[in-house]
Amino acid sequence: MTTTDTVRPSLTAAELAAVRADFPLLGRTVRGGRPLVYLDSAATSQKPNVVLEAEVDFYEQRNAAVHRGAHQLAEEATEAFEDARAAVARFVGADEGEIVWTPGATAALNLVAYAFSNATAGRGGAAAERFRLSPGDEIVVTEAEHHANLVPWQELCARTGAVLRWFGVDDDGRIDLSDVASVITERTRVVAFGHVSNVTGAIAPVAELVAAAKRVGAVTVLDACQSVPHLPVDLHALDVDLAAFSAHKMLGPTGVGALYGQRELLEAMPPVTTGGSMVEVVTMAETTYAPPPQRFEAGTQMVAQAVGMGVAAQWLDELGMDRVAEHERELAAELVRIGEIPGVRIVGPADARDRLAVVSFVVDGVHAHDVGQVLDDKGIAVRVGHHCAQPLHRRFGVAATARASASVYTTAEEIAAFREALSGVRAFFGVD
Amino acid sequence: MSSLEQMYQQVILDHAKRPHGRGLVDPPADHRSGESHQVNPTCGDEITLRVDVDGSTVSGVSWEGQGCSISQASASVMTELVTGHDLSDVARLDAVFHDLMASRGKGLDDEDALDALGDASAFTGVSQYPARIKCALLGWAALKDSLARSGALG
Repeated sequence: MTTTDTVRPSLTAAELAAVRADFPLLGRTVRGGRPLVYLDSAATSQKPNVVLEAEVDFYEQRNAAVHRGAHQLAEEATEAFEDARAAVARFVGADEGEIVWTPGATAALNLVAYAFSNATAGRGGAAAERFRLSPGDEIVVTEAEHHANLVPWQELCARTGAVLRWFGVDDDGRIDLSDVASVITERTRVVAFGHVSNVTGAIAPVAELVAAAKRVGAVTVLDACQSVPHLPVDLHALDVDLAAFSAHKMLGPTGVGALYGQRELLEAMPPVTTGGSMVEVVTMAETTYAPPPQRFEAGTQMVAQAVGMGVAAQWLDELGMDRVAEHERELAAELVRIGEIPGVRIVGPADARDRLAVVSFVVDGVHAHDVGQVLDDKGIAVRVGHHCAQPLHRRFGVAATARASASVYTTAEEIAAFREALSGVRAFFGVD
Repeated sequence: MSSLEQMYQQVILDHAKRPHGRGLVDPPADHRSGESHQVNPTCGDEITLRVDVDGSTVSGVSWEGQGCSISQASASVMTELVTGHDLSDVARLDAVFHDLMASRGKGLDDEDALDALGDASAFTGVSQYPARIKCALLGWAALKDSLARSGALG
């Protein structure tokens, strides 16, 4: 993924301490005074002070409706909103006009699926031809997808007569590309896949999938939720057509995320949610629509949250995503050592290569819920369940796993504490 | 005893390891019977439970399922508790167990009601953990639904 000649060093102990001091929640205790060990950042990240303060500051100083009004507050609110868009665009290697605010990544992926639907119903004119589906057209996903990048495509197929196909995964949870040409074919119109699995942490072979999609003229959709907070991501360099990511996983607020789209593709995409702010001329009979990104931003937007997302992106930029990635690469190497604990089996790659610090696992003889409960008693927060990826769990023959995931503020000491607590789980339940 | 030990009492761990009623049994042809499949969508735990009723007596409960120790133990304890009891007793036990699960770890003031629950009273500790209450109730939900489906409730 990152092949630079000079890898900048990871965070120093002092820098990491300073980072942690920026996150008020990390200072609290849980379950009778135990220090919190938060290993659930793949579900949602904690927020630095600058993000919290940015939202408060927006409401205290600049709150007004954006893109309308002739007063100073409206100008300042609009400026803050659009500056945030620019910051998010810079953060992922996009142009400003290529970032659409959405309520989150799920909403962004649904927006795309419904745009295809609307085009198929004849909306968007000749320009929307690329989004028009016919029965027998194929949409390709992978078995590793989060439900958010699977169910909207199932629904789109049901509405249009398109057929859903998918790549399987191998025993390490890697997308199996052994037979690309039989999965991505002349009938393929969309190739949608996650950049990084939220279960296995495996990084997808983006270049291969994009190349295969381009050979047949399919639209590529990248679910970048799990990559953007942890890796330097340059969407132009990745050359995907569309991408979705959420703020709350990248140190920003809930309720906001982004859809990235290459300019000409967004221009051609018909609107989905309609109403105020996304129009040009409205008569009683018909309406013409604003250019993107406003075309996709109907109604009052989540302005304070967007401002918070912009600040989160800047905060990460200033720290340096290459250094964040290096820090988390070290954490991933520490995390996969749980595979050495008797009775613990990692679901996904067992080594630290081409993966992020997201590790799902099962403990022989102990259900994931029970594992999570014993860890919680030590103040260690992990996720248990299917992590919104039931097909992937079915592939591995398990109903549920426990998952530990790190972020920029996670320390090696926390992961050591997690490993130690995990070592005692089987004994607690009297499993040999 | 820590909160964790209050939840995972030995009786619960024992039931989880050697559950009663596990393995679906065909009910006698002359009994009313019903079957229910319940899932906990947040964790994927599931249970398929069969009940048969002889007159107004719950004469057999059997189930198959997978899930955490709390859900498995609760289904096991429930099987032992309700088998051989009148439908009205079972409805009362169901109500008492739901009250216990809503008690936020405090248990029940009504000691007679708690006594009637037998081993099921050991689940008091579970009620301190809101995320786990559904685990303890999974088997009970399947019992209630299968009884309704059996037609024995009138």
